Amino acid sequence: MKFLRDQLDKVKHNFEKGGKLEKYYYAYEAFDTFLFAPNTTTPEKGAHIRDAVDLKRMMMTVILAMVPCLIFGTWNVGYQHFLAIGKSATVGEMFMVGIWQVVPIIIVSYGVGLGIEFIFATLRRHPVNEGYLVTGMLIPLVMPPDIPLWQVAVATAFAVVIGKEAFGGTGMNVVNIALTARAFLYFAYPTDISGDVWSYIAEGEKAVAGFSGATPLAVAAQSTGNVVEDFASFGSGWAEGMYSIQNLFLGMRPGSIGETSTLMCLIGGLILVLTGIGSFRIIVSVFAGAYAMGLFLNLIGGNPFMEMPAHYHLIIGGLAFGAVFMATDPVTAAHTGTGKWIYGLLIGMFTVLIRVFNPAYPEGIMLAILLMNVFAPLIDYFVINANKNRRLKRATV
Amino acid sequence: MGKFIRLSKGFDINLKGKPAAQVSTPEQADTVAIKPSDFQGLYMPKVVVNPGDTVKAGSPLFHDKKFSDIAFTSPVSGEVVEVKRGDKRKLLEVKILADRTTEYVQFKKFSVSDLASAPTEELKKQMLESGVWANLIQRPYGVIADPTATPKAIHISAFDTAPAAPDYNILFKGQEQYFQAGVDVLKRFTKGAVHVNTHASMELSTVFSQVKGAQINKFQGKHPTGCVGVQIHHLDPINKGETVWTITPTGVIQIGKLFLTGNYDASKIIALTGPCVKNPQYYKTVVGASVKKLIKDNLSEENCRIISGNILTGTSIGSEGHIGFHDLQVTVLSEGNYHEFLGWILPSVKKLSFSRAFGLLSFLNSGEYNLDTNTHGEERAFVATGVFEKVTPMDVYPVQLLKAILANDVDEMEALGIYEVIEEDLALCEFVDVSKQPIQSILREGLELMRTS
Repeated sequence: MKFLRDQLDKVKHNFEKGGKLEKYYYAYEAFDTFLFAPNTTTPEKGAHIRDAVDLKRMMMTVILAMVPCLIFGTWNVGYQHFLAIGKSATVGEMFMVGIWQVVPIIIVSYGVGLGIEFIFATLRRHPVNEGYLVTGMLIPLVMPPDIPLWQVAVATAFAVVIGKEAFGGTGMNVVNIALTARAFLYFAYPTDISGDVWSYIAEGEKAVAGFSGATPLAVAAQSTGNVVEDFASFGSGWAEGMYSIQNLFLGMRPGSIGETSTLMCLIGGLILVLTGIGSFRIIVSVFAGAYAMGLFLNLIGGNPFMEMPAHYHLIIGGLAFGAVFMATDPVTAAHTGTGKWIYGLLIGMFTVLIRVFNPAYPEGIMLAILLMNVFAPLIDYFVINANKNRRLKRATV
Repeated sequence: MGKFIRLSKGFDINLKGKPAAQVSTPEQADTVAIKPSDFQGLYMPKVVVNPGDTVKAGSPLFHDKKFSDIAFTSPVSGEVVEVKRGDKRKLLEVKILADRTTEYVQFKKFSVSDLASAPTEELKKQMLESGVWANLIQRPYGVIADPTATPKAIHISAFDTAPAAPDYNILFKGQEQYFQAGVDVLKRFTKGAVHVNTHASMELSTVFSQVKGAQINKFQGKHPTGCVGVQIHHLDPINKGETVWTITPTGVIQIGKLFLTGNYDASKIIALTGPCVKNPQYYKTVVGASVKKLIKDNLSEENCRIISGNILTGTSIGSEGHIGFHDLQVTVLSEGNYHEFLGWILPSVKKLSFSRAFGLLSFLNSGEYNLDTNTHGEERAFVATGVFEKVTPMDVYPVQLLKAILANDVDEMEALGIYEVIEEDLALCEFVDVSKQPIQSILREGLELMRTS
């Protein structure tokens, strides 16, 4: 450690005012603070002590919460691959296939995203903020396994530049950055992010007879009779019982890399709530809102998707992942406690509504979260207004 | 008819170095200083003494150009050694070399029954001339009380929940008659009540429990329940256009002594606390005393910060500094100017945190903490939400208020309750802030903008 510290201190003067590489000071500082916590002390007036938590540690906690989804999802990519081509394989071989697909996406996401952040930090002369540590992991987890890497790069660049830096950087963005990246691909290159892309099949391999790449959402949206029966009969011959309730909950089904397993998402959610980093209000109310809207649609009936039992909504599609990792992003969610309940409820409700009524695309969580991100300040406005009115009411002057 | 109020929000910081329950009389401090920076709202202090002048306890040293009735007087008798000025001739402090034995300016003595009958203006005039008026702080804005204002109530907080705070039972033992006299005088200045706010479970000193004519309220909760702003919010909140005065028990006792003995008796007991103090305990000293003799041979390390007040709201004064006018404790912490390898990720039980983020296991440790001044991170934009509300036991939204201040939006600040808070009420927010923002100084900027606009 002392060696590292001395080396860093030796080159520091090049980056400070008057040094040759003065304009790259914040890039140097990002590396320095990555290795060593800074030695700044509190000012002479005010609180003389500070909490040990900082933004880096907070982001690290969120990344840890995502690790179960990441590991399971990586394995699942390989598992779905071998299922689709009808061959058997060991767990290790499944992991290898998964790693081969997932790791390049992670590298591109972090590389492009952090690169852009460093450039903006250098140009705008402020420290490199840690916001991208979490987004860089979220973007791969919401991508299909064989998304072209150049698309990941373009989407990340768009999301970071337009979605975040244009508003002022970490803490200033209006919409969720990872969902902005996904939404960009959905609208700009729809064929690679919808349809039959959710099971990865390597070059040179052929799908097994009877193979269908339909996700549970696609099956439910295209159902002509009873959704539960369609789930039960799906995959006969090559993936028996894949859409049973147990399997849907466990997550061994095709889908985006990280979103398939409700169980892993709930584990991540538990980590976030126990550490106090993620808001349990938002997580609980998203699930509650979705379930309530599902029940309501069950009552009215209409088409098979509306009649699908409400609890299925919680385990198919990306609802669990969105509820735990996307909706809880503190910057873009509602900021007040009461606001978070309303925000989460509306996300859940809109997700189910969009799923059931949208003829083109059966997934609703992404669009619901983006919509509520835009409305979150309005929700907060009403909660704060109630506070102001309480204050005014007791004023006698 | 006292109220009982239980508050659930807040956070107690268990700092190492709490004072042992003994009071020593140390070697008398050689110098005493009064600093204008201890008082908010001074327009421009005007000094009335020169270096070399002899003063007695109660002689005026300076007054404010605008409120020239309020005299800031010498706490001891002796010789003025220095009138220290800073940039642009700003008055920093007036230093006095203290005599062995104190001589007092003689003011009028009153008996207890005289106090009830004397006209309010006469009482006010004596307080203004003698220097005890400076103890009265006015809300909103936390400035020195305006003698022409009529507050709707006067609040005295009879306990302190700050880290390693002194025990008021020890500080004010035996001062019953002076506290009562002080309360009797204060009652003359307001039509409302004089509130004495006590802690529900701490043993209550007879100084407070036997006081007559005041409303005794009980509070139960973690810090900042001891802050008088929080107490006012729950008893009788400050609305636009209203004023409230607050005063420490030391101030009340000074008022009592002024009228019963005719002297400005600036003696007080303070606590020397903190992890860097070898023997933390109580000391009999005087307002504005130098800390040099108190800390001599008493510190366990060289690289430390000496703070007048507590670690959340105090001012760093240095090893030759003087205790602040209102402060009842001096805390000494080690400076945290060290680098820590991978300090942002390694797990630790020893680092205090309000959060339970990865690796911060302090919620498992219920012992004392040896805290230092390291910021543990750099300043960032606001990211985390919901944390400030957990340590602010008031119906105020701190983040929205701070953002209104940063945007200089005067209407918004007023609507969100800036009249109800001063820095000490939101000091815990500054402690728990993940983004390491200078919240108390932002709040003071907002308060000054409201006051002067």
